[in-house]
Amino acid sequence: MIKIYFQRFRQNHLAMAGLLIVGFLTVLALVSPWVSPKDPSLQDLTARLQGPSPSHWMGTDDLGRDVFSRLLLGTRISLSVGFVAVGISMSVGTFLGLWAGFFGGKWDTLLMRLVDVMLSIPTLFLILAVLAFLGPNIYNVMAIIGLTSWPGLARLVRGECLSVREREYVQAAKMAGVSTARLLFIHILPNVVAPILVSATLGVGGAILTESALSFLGLGVQPPTPSWGNILSIGRDYLHIAWWLSLFPTLAILVTVLAFNLLGEGLRDVLDPRT
Amino acid sequence: MLSIEKLNVEYYRGGKTISAVRDFSLAINAGESVGLVGESGSGKSTVALSILRLIRPQEGHIVSGKIQFQGQDLLSLPPENMRDIRCRKIAMIFQDPFTSLNPVMRIREQMDEVLKAHPSLSASPSRLVEALEQVQLESTRVLNSYPHQLSGGQRQRVMIAIALLGQPSLILADEPTTALDVLVQKEILGVLFSLQKKLGLAMLFITHNLGLVTTYTHRIAVMKEGRLVEEGPSQAVFRQPSEAYTRQLLEAIPRLGRSTG
Repeated sequence: MIKIYFQRFRQNHLAMAGLLIVGFLTVLALVSPWVSPKDPSLQDLTARLQGPSPSHWMGTDDLGRDVFSRLLLGTRISLSVGFVAVGISMSVGTFLGLWAGFFGGKWDTLLMRLVDVMLSIPTLFLILAVLAFLGPNIYNVMAIIGLTSWPGLARLVRGECLSVREREYVQAAKMAGVSTARLLFIHILPNVVAPILVSATLGVGGAILTESALSFLGLGVQPPTPSWGNILSIGRDYLHIAWWLSLFPTLAILVTVLAFNLLGEGLRDVLDPRT
Repeated sequence: MLSIEKLNVEYYRGGKTISAVRDFSLAINAGESVGLVGESGSGKSTVALSILRLIRPQEGHIVSGKIQFQGQDLLSLPPENMRDIRCRKIAMIFQDPFTSLNPVMRIREQMDEVLKAHPSLSASPSRLVEALEQVQLESTRVLNSYPHQLSGGQRQRVMIAIALLGQPSLILADEPTTALDVLVQKEILGVLFSLQKKLGLAMLFITHNLGLVTTYTHRIAVMKEGRLVEEGPSQAVFRQPSEAYTRQLLEAIPRLGRSTG
């Protein structure tokens, strides 16, 4: 079965491209502190706002720091925010979705109404308010993005769980004397993992985008730690004289989010050909 | 060994309740095989699910009645003790072997679930091999397979092996051959009933095919619309059905060289 999925995936060129880019970015994020050509926080006030050149591939910013090195380190920040935030939302969403779907009744009603409420709140404003209250730092950003993006997944998992719950093999497992916890996590969860995987992959792109927006607004990752969003935010002030300061972080965000979306949609095509 | 007294079961359908089993009573002795016959929707499967308390709480519930098994009242047993009964004392074989095995688990893992659920069973791997050999399957290949790699007949044998793993004394077979083609049906029935005799198991064999059960079972109970309409020794019921409904069921069996006009 895995083999069939793998073959189908390889035939999907866009998804393969997404996977390659995501893989490349992940490796880059892991090794960035050791491969960056310059110290990303080294200021050189004699070389402020210089355009791309052989010594500074993507130019320098308003404090003379090397933009390429800062982008590299930003990859690490952005991807870790993406992965951790999605990790949080996936755990919460999967657990609550399984719970609501399996036990039904008042749990289902309670949790799904909570989901409705969460989905009707404009998330970005909620995040802004919470960050203004708790103070902006990278851990708060990860936590708050994760804790606001689970409702969609919870609803998805609940729906899948409702249908899997009715399958005869679940009843057969119950007949075998399997405990409720095992029933949920060993027998039902693996059968709903496909939509979770797809949604998580797409979610990483979304989380990176949110983090960039927050950093751009000054409520995300704080300088001097570089993130794509805060580099872009500096770039805005110098848009008319230093285009490279805006272009490269924008491209980085674009390529990364696109790669995760291609990968996510490819996974969906592979795991669930009906849609 | 098992006695069901005045069992009443209801299902919920769109805000209303529908009575699926009404005042149903039946007893099964140790080592005895009983055929439970009736058309679709007559409540036969519901009886089996009630015995193991497997009716999904969202779908329906047991309204009243008593199910005594080896001196225990199954309906008042706490859930924890009920788990000790399942598969260990009473096991069930489901209708459709294409849906009753988990598609993402290897057969070995699914069989292991029974041993893990019941600490009183020895967990040695040879148990799995023995269980599969009992149903005449080649154990090494089957253990490492996923359900989709096996045929319908092989899957149903696996289900029988799983049911026998807990060394139960009563087997509930819910139309175990309905989803299979005729030749495989005969094989499965052969395997099932020879094991029943060999191991001295009691069996409740549910089917809509009256002709099928008479050759294999000691007694037959006929159900219609949730009620027991006739019960007696297989041969007697088959030769001289006292109920009009049973006669109808008998006449519904297609035979070669006879028009059913």
